[in-house]
Amino acid sequence: MLELANVAVHFPAPPHGIVRAVDGVNLAVGEGEVVGLVGESGCGKSTLARSIVRLTPVTRGEIRFEGTDLASLSRNALRAVRPNIQMVFQDPYASLNPRMTILDTLAEPLRFHGRVGRADTASHVGALMERVGLAPKWMRKYPHEFSGGQRQRIAIARALALKPKLIIADEPVSALDVSVQAQILNLISDLCREEQLTMLLISHDLGVVKHLSDRIAVMYLGKIVELGEAEQVYNAPVHPYTRALIEAIPRPDPSRRRDRAALLLRGDPPSPLNPPSGCAFHPRCPFAEERCKSAAPSLEAMANGRIVACVRKGEV
Amino acid sequence: MPLLDVKDLRTYFHTRAGIVRAVDGVSFSVEKGEMLGIVGESGSGKSVANLSLLGLVPSPPGRIESGVARFGDLDLLSCTKAERRAVRGKRISMIFQDPMTALNPFHRIGDQIMEPLRIHDGVSRKVAFARAVDMLQRVGIQDAERRMRAFPHQFSGGMRQRVMIAIALITNPELLIADEPTTALDVTVQAQILELMKRMQGELRMAVILVTHDLGVIAESCDRVHVMYAGRIVESAATTALFAAPKHPYTRALLASIPATQKKGTQLHTIAGSPPDLTQSFTGCPFAPRCEYAAPECVSPAISLNEVAPAHWSACVRVQSGVIT
Repeated sequence: MLELANVAVHFPAPPHGIVRAVDGVNLAVGEGEVVGLVGESGCGKSTLARSIVRLTPVTRGEIRFEGTDLASLSRNALRAVRPNIQMVFQDPYASLNPRMTILDTLAEPLRFHGRVGRADTASHVGALMERVGLAPKWMRKYPHEFSGGQRQRIAIARALALKPKLIIADEPVSALDVSVQAQILNLISDLCREEQLTMLLISHDLGVVKHLSDRIAVMYLGKIVELGEAEQVYNAPVHPYTRALIEAIPRPDPSRRRDRAALLLRGDPPSPLNPPSGCAFHPRCPFAEERCKSAAPSLEAMANGRIVACVRKGEV
Repeated sequence: MPLLDVKDLRTYFHTRAGIVRAVDGVSFSVEKGEMLGIVGESGSGKSVANLSLLGLVPSPPGRIESGVARFGDLDLLSCTKAERRAVRGKRISMIFQDPMTALNPFHRIGDQIMEPLRIHDGVSRKVAFARAVDMLQRVGIQDAERRMRAFPHQFSGGMRQRVMIAIALITNPELLIADEPTTALDVTVQAQILELMKRMQGELRMAVILVTHDLGVIAESCDRVHVMYAGRIVESAATTALFAAPKHPYTRALLASIPATQKKGTQLHTIAGSPPDLTQSFTGCPFAPRCEYAAPECVSPAISLNEVAPAHWSACVRVQSGVIT
């Protein structure tokens, strides 16, 4: 359904040069599939998400949605495609207009795209609210009257309003408390199943991504370094970066407290302004060798559809 | 004698919407050299309780209504401002969630690290400089002498938190209060900072109160843990005991909501409803309206934190009476 071919998003950053936020990403999302995209802050995952809906222009590459390249569409043609692709953002305090009632917020896309007549708007919005677990009687309230979890339900309802084929969810639960997070994750998972939604789920939290996704893509400094079936990537990561990410998740089990010092990644993610030579991960990689510094590894296929960009895969 | 002994702390906010009972009768103690975790969701009172100890609750609207906090021969809640100022930043230090807003963007980080030393120990600039460089190296900042002249914006998030830790530890405190110190950081950097805090705790033999919403962080680092809900402590135990056999339905529900521990595709356990409105007074257990084990006795007015197993306290009346385990 969605196919990214060699997508790059570069930002000019004078006088330092160019930030290669996304640098040659290939990724396909099949119909009804949930693909998780993980990585640390600054790895380009949100930029990639925004470029798919053309909130950020792409520098090169193709973004094919059901065969049409979104990156080269005219504004008018894009408007016709947009109802099919909707986005859910991280912070429901910032993504809802505080001066619009829930009714106005949810009715806006319906009216704009001429999906409902004036008379049916309220009943339509009421049905939407029920689908995300909110009582329709609240539709004349304003965002500040809702809790964070309820606001995120509203944001999800807005994304669902036009019956999209693809949803891009950028950190949909990161701003929420654990108990509320679980409610929203359950809602997303129910909706995915009932409506057969296709979703690109972006998060820095591998636990969240693993729970919902069919496949997981791991990004580091603008490139995908590992991609595979979710359980496999989580339980048997191949790329040293994926391993380090999974190791670093604090586990709610003190009996498994490990000698973490040995497994810790050194340093911070490098600056995308001035990426390291060769494999971008080599300065932090515990398994790096001389050859990792010279040539950038390409993504190579392994068993079970797994692809990994590491010259030492299989050795370590 | 414990290093810090807090009894019946109540901090209320007097707002136009009513009195918010943010901390409502909290008692706990911190032993020398231990790492104590305080875990709870937003609004549980975990941060306000700690800010109260250091006199950092804005007043008005905040007011400490009752309580005693014994720290050595001082009561932190009733001492004079001057007495508290002598302790704060010297014997008790604090680090906050967001290192960008906690550091002053206009001052070189070297000056910010030296400031507590200059104020509390009255040492010369030269001595302070040498100790600051040494502390920067110990928290893992390379090329420390040159970096002393850098400004906060020249550091990454993880590095800034290291600088915050250096500022907090430069006076050799007996107690460090860390309020969500890793929440704003990436997981890989979070792991580094937790490791650093543990190492420094050992080197300086100080006690740490680690405030967090993340049970995973508690499990990885703390010796003992208090679980807070609606301004009260609802469970308290050694970390291993709490995770092996939680004795309060809220703790149990929180543990069950963590996605990383669940099988893919299964429904995550959720807690119905939302935390109580703290402007309303209620009798009985604050968690009862959301609790799957709630029974008529849960609204009884005498809810207290009782020992239900050796060194394991729970505020659940049904656990206390042995109806649920």
